[in-house]
Amino acid sequence: MLLVPCPNCGERDQSEFHYGGEAHRTRPTAPETLSDDEWADYVFMRTNTKGVFAERWCHTAGCRKWFNALRDTGSDAFLAVYRMGEEPPRLGGEEKEEAPADEAFA
Amino acid sequence: MGRTARMRGYSVWSLLREGVGGHRGWRPAWRDAAPKAAYDAVIIGGGGHGLATAYYLAKEHGMTNVAVLEKGWLGGGNAARNTTIVRSNYLNDESAAIYDHAMRLWRGLGRELNFNIMMSHRGVLNLAHDDGEMRQLKRRVEANRLNGVDAEWLDAHEVKEFCPPIHIGRDVRYPVLGATLQRSGGVNRHDAVVWGYARAACALGVDIVQHCEVTGIDVRGGVVQGVRTTRGDIKTSKVASVVAGHTSVIADMVGLRLPIESHPLQALVSEPVKPIMPCVVMSNAVHAYCSQSDKGELVIGAGIDPHISYTQRGGFHIIEDEIAALLELFPIFSRMKLMRHWAGTVDVCPDASPIISKTPVKGFYVNGGWGTGGWKATPGSGHVFADLVANDEPNAIAEPYALTRFATGKLVAEHGAAAVAH
Amino acid sequence: MSVQAYRLEDGGRIDRTAPLTFRFDGRAYAGYRGDTLASALLANGVRTLARSFKYHRPRGVLTAGSEEPVALVQVGGDPATTVPNVRATELELYDGLEAFPQNCWPSLGRDVGVVNDALARFLPAGFYYKTFMGPPLNWMRFEGAIRAAAGMGRSPTAPDPDRYEHVNRHCEVLVIGGGAAGLVAAREAARTGARVILAEETGALGGGLLAGAPDAVTIDGRPAWAWLAEIEAELRAMPEVTLLTRTTGTGWYDRNWVTLAEAVLDHLPPAARDPRLPRQRLWRVRAKAVVLATGAIERPLLFHANDRPGVMLAGAVRAYLHRWGVAPGRRAVVATNNTDAWRTAFDLAAAGVEIAAIVDSRARPDERLLARAQALGLPVRAGSAVVAAKGRSEVRGAVIARADGGGREDVACDLLVVSGGWAPNLALYAQSKGAIAWDDDLQAFRPQPNGAAARFAGRAAGAFDLAASLRAAAVAGAEAAGIAPEHVPEVADDGVAYALAPAPKPQGGRVFVDLQNDVTTKDIRLAAAEGYRSIEHAKRYTTLGMGTDQGKTSGLNGVATLADTLDKTIPEVGVTTFRPPYKPVSFGAVAGRQVGELFHPRRTTAMHEAHVEAGAVFELVGDWLRPRVYPQAGESFDDALQRECRAARSSCAVLDASTLGKIDVKGPDAREFLNRVYTNAWMKLAPGRCRYGLMCNEDGMVFDDGVTACLADDHFHMTTTTGGAAGVLAWLEEYLQTEWPELKVYLTSVTEQWAVASICGPESPKLAAELFDDIDADPQAFPFMSHTSGHIADVPVRVFRISFTGEVSYEINVPARYGLWLWRLIEARGAKYGLTPYGTEGMHLLRAEKGFIIAGQDTDGTVTPLDLGMRWAVKNSADFIGRRSLFRSDTARPDRRQLVGLATADPATVLTEGAQVIAEPAERSGRTPMIGHVTSSYFSPNLGRSIALALIAGGHGKTGATVHVARRGAAPVPAEITATDFLAGFGERP
Repeated sequence: MLLVPCPNCGERDQSEFHYGGEAHRTRPTAPETLSDDEWADYVFMRTNTKGVFAERWCHTAGCRKWFNALRDTGSDAFLAVYRMGEEPPRLGGEEKEEAPADEAFA
Repeated sequence: MGRTARMRGYSVWSLLREGVGGHRGWRPAWRDAAPKAAYDAVIIGGGGHGLATAYYLAKEHGMTNVAVLEKGWLGGGNAARNTTIVRSNYLNDESAAIYDHAMRLWRGLGRELNFNIMMSHRGVLNLAHDDGEMRQLKRRVEANRLNGVDAEWLDAHEVKEFCPPIHIGRDVRYPVLGATLQRSGGVNRHDAVVWGYARAACALGVDIVQHCEVTGIDVRGGVVQGVRTTRGDIKTSKVASVVAGHTSVIADMVGLRLPIESHPLQALVSEPVKPIMPCVVMSNAVHAYCSQSDKGELVIGAGIDPHISYTQRGGFHIIEDEIAALLELFPIFSRMKLMRHWAGTVDVCPDASPIISKTPVKGFYVNGGWGTGGWKATPGSGHVFADLVANDEPNAIAEPYALTRFATGKLVAEHGAAAVAH
Repeated sequence: MSVQAYRLEDGGRIDRTAPLTFRFDGRAYAGYRGDTLASALLANGVRTLARSFKYHRPRGVLTAGSEEPVALVQVGGDPATTVPNVRATELELYDGLEAFPQNCWPSLGRDVGVVNDALARFLPAGFYYKTFMGPPLNWMRFEGAIRAAAGMGRSPTAPDPDRYEHVNRHCEVLVIGGGAAGLVAAREAARTGARVILAEETGALGGGLLAGAPDAVTIDGRPAWAWLAEIEAELRAMPEVTLLTRTTGTGWYDRNWVTLAEAVLDHLPPAARDPRLPRQRLWRVRAKAVVLATGAIERPLLFHANDRPGVMLAGAVRAYLHRWGVAPGRRAVVATNNTDAWRTAFDLAAAGVEIAAIVDSRARPDERLLARAQALGLPVRAGSAVVAAKGRSEVRGAVIARADGGGREDVACDLLVVSGGWAPNLALYAQSKGAIAWDDDLQAFRPQPNGAAARFAGRAAGAFDLAASLRAAAVAGAEAAGIAPEHVPEVADDGVAYALAPAPKPQGGRVFVDLQNDVTTKDIRLAAAEGYRSIEHAKRYTTLGMGTDQGKTSGLNGVATLADTLDKTIPEVGVTTFRPPYKPVSFGAVAGRQVGELFHPRRTTAMHEAHVEAGAVFELVGDWLRPRVYPQAGESFDDALQRECRAARSSCAVLDASTLGKIDVKGPDAREFLNRVYTNAWMKLAPGRCRYGLMCNEDGMVFDDGVTACLADDHFHMTTTTGGAAGVLAWLEEYLQTEWPELKVYLTSVTEQWAVASICGPESPKLAAELFDDIDADPQAFPFMSHTSGHIADVPVRVFRISFTGEVSYEINVPARYGLWLWRLIEARGAKYGLTPYGTEGMHLLRAEKGFIIAGQDTDGTVTPLDLGMRWAVKNSADFIGRRSLFRSDTARPDRRQLVGLATADPATVLTEGAQVIAEPAERSGRTPMIGHVTSSYFSPNLGRSIALALIAGGHGKTGATVHVARRGAAPVPAEITATDFLAGFGERP
């Protein structure tokens, strides 16, 4: 079971969270100006990275707040969490070390 | 066209002959090939769908200068990890067409491949636990019937008769009110399907290359030129991606974004016991599906883990929920024991239907997004995908599964029939 | 009852003052408290416990623990409590225990399945892949026979009466394994005051020390068993240490989340099992650090007929001698490639067992061992190996040969003790992708810890000499708690360092690698010859390691055999993936309390008690238990339904509407928010007014609907469907927080805060007037689609003049604690108006008469507002979620499936919900094209005919056309397409 680092509540079991998929998908402000393809890109197409992935979680059984996370989908290690509306932090070596590295499973 | 594979035949006679001779005469089922510098087509992914695609390319379209590239060992991905349920009782016409196409191919596949895939048409029950499900399943069973898919409706007592270990008391949270039954549905032996296709494809001249990971796809002017692999570059004008779980990763090599998320999907088996489960039982509401393998293990599938992950590892709480669900239907299994659980990575599409499609990159074809239900489609998927790769145009069965449906809105919504709600 | 002829005069950790009787294979035996079933049977001279999976060969006891591959029995004959595939080596004996052999018929001694053994040459690995492919020998004919032959024990056939529990714990250090190493590691970690949990698989702490004489070694100057007692006492006195016995580490998951399976009651006689306790517990432990003190597993030797009962592992034999006071034979041959098995020979000799030979494949065994053997007069064959066991059904002798194949001699014996060396038990670690590496000196894989989360103590660390093993343990325990080791125990033993040579290769014959699945070296060679050269392929082709033991004792020999066949090294071939659980765990324990009543919650409303009293038939809607109809005495379901629906339109009826989702939407931007999430317009809705709205997802498909009331300019009361409530709230929150954080809106679920009674019907205004203290109930003064607040008997109420039936309605909301009171008040006051309670079925029927949709019934995620004929609810003035999707080429198609009414030609025919609609009057012989399906269907008491709603291709343009509704086994039913509102012109309008 993943241990999800909620920025408000700390690390909690995955079962307390709702998963929101890809982060930084911004709803188009004028959908009527988009082509069918462009609209489909927003509604359906997903970045589905194997590796460091920006995603959203909601701590539904806790603070009920949505937040963003960077997680390595190849190892499930959380590398950073940050609030909605913020840009993903740049992952230097330092952040990587600070992150709760998934030692037994790397 | 139709070519016939030349293989050393398997039969009861060859078994007897070899038994007397100490089994010295058996030859490798398939040739472990090294990649050549160029092929007419390269299939990425040596699972059931990929090998079936190669086989039908060779058999139906005469394309034998074909390589199947597998990054690990053959059939080691989802082919090795699924619960082998075969059925075709889907709701929509488009789905009935492809899944029933697969069902027809399953029927004679053991003989065709000269490899016993242990196709056991023991029947699949889809349970209804409330009025809404009754309505949905009756709708589906009628649609199946009119589409020529075998399907019938059983009331709770008929369900009990068909599957004696099930609990049909009304005293539980999810009482069994009725079920659809597809008698031709059932289970088979996943490894045998992989090995059978590999052997037959190889006999037709296909190169099966293991431990060969594709690291890039060369595209020039919007046209595929070849693939780069851990075992060297390969020139080809047709690249067919059949990599359940990793479809987005391969598509990314040509800069293509897909309507796919990759999730862990878990399954488990019990210790083996003598026959107790005569059929396959599936329930959407309690989220369980179960059959018994020929070895005696109860084979049980779980729902997907909610997060994207390529780790082939899911959360144990999903297994706990799954077993609790199983015990709701089969309280007699409480003292049975969990022997092994594992996970695969599945590509999930928003409409719970697959993508079998050309792409904006000429010569790059995608077959993926089968979600939790790809196994049952294996022969049908390979058959129509081979057609697409060979002719550069989808046939009538594949056409509804084009990527363009996400722009037009013509989705093939199968959440109800896909067994596991996405 | 037989005497315990193989029980030693004294010794063992059994209670000789507590004799027990038990039954196996229909016979009664005696044993002692402290025995396992295996030790007791061995004490009684019973050596054949089972028949093998495929060839039905007799199988005995190979090991003394959970790694046992073959000594599996069925425990208990009760259909509800019987347990299959129980390892006799782990099963603690209790008085009255009854066990049965498995996989044999008619009996263990005379098993007809043994015919398979005679036919073995025709049944090689994977034989079934090569035949049974088509008529007449097709698979379905053979499958039944193959299935019946496979399997092992039998499933229970009645529900389990026992209870299981989950325990959740956090700790700093989790130690798996309660041998000397685990205890030392736990003590070091616990010095810091850290929370330490130690899990020991068996009923006693001590591990390998219990498989030696009580004074075989001294630790810190104390004899082994005395030291054990002291360290156990020391740990028990530490408040933060939890010592668990009969508890196995079964799974190691992400971030040190570990499952431990504890058997709480299974070792007790049924009468002594405390009914307050669960049968088993599953501990779910999140540990900061894990110390693996899981010991080592001994590797069997490969030779002809190495599966015969009487072939036992050397470490296990030592355990039977010392822990259980059993000598499992009279005359033994000890075959080995290492120093450790010699100790077994010496201990057997000391116990009075004749040693026929010590056979060591090494040309030059350790001088001290040779000297000791000589002193004891034990014959030694160095540089030799056992190449075959003799004996028709059990071991009667061994064939010994020199490495060059010469010097063959037959030696009589009834016990063949084997040891191919020890391998660290890394299954739990490797399960979670922990790295392991081959160690040529050790001839085994050892852990390659790639981080600080996993530490290794004792033999699991690859340290096979006790001093080194306990040193590793002290370091692992201390470092797991973040300190340096302090107390490294001093050990005095026989001083013979563990050493071994590669295991001797088999010399042909039938050599069993996997004893449970009957996999031989020939099978593995055949697999390789047929191209199944990856270890994963070979495993799958032969079923190597796929039994209930998951290859604990066979894995390494399997890999070695394949490596030998392919002329590769063992590390080149690699190992198969270890999967959780480490050993099988009851489904019951995995599910815990989440079964039966507690599987999924059932929610009841504040008024539930009254519905039960009224004899309601309930249905589950979402998680809610809702009255469906209220049949009166002797009344059928349908009659009750018709009566309720007539009352609703002729007099007065009441519905418990409490389950509707209710969301309080508040904030300066609440109105703008509603305008974005509903398909219709909300900017002008005045306080005091209500409006119906549809919600779509971004794909433009309807997924929920409901009425929302404007309480104040910045405050709304939203209702949703019963089943959709949680989903809608989550969806709204998601948009608010992730897309539109600039909107100041606060959402609160108030579903449980309000109980709701909805009264409707022509008499309802009178009833309402009677109920209200301070609200004018007159429908003119209190118009449709408005709401107000007031009181009933001084209790505050919110009343909404909204209707799902088309009748004059009052939806009365009271604080939930007054719900039951309100219901009873309405019933009492309404009696004179003919008040009739109605349930969900009546509600569905009444709304269908008016053509109102039920989201989820008349929609299925593929239906747009336009498909529903609800263009009036789609605004053009502003964007809303899903709007853009309505203009896609397929979504804008005119021939989409659209919601229409259906009137059957015969008004008495009620269509089946879900039935398919076809264009033609008869089905075709092959495929029949479908043009739609029936979503809702009822017999309307108020219209005196059947009515239905259906989604039909291009239906909106086909009013008046005749379509046909298909039926299995009968001609299609003709029906006319109508408008959806069957009571057009009747009822309230906004």
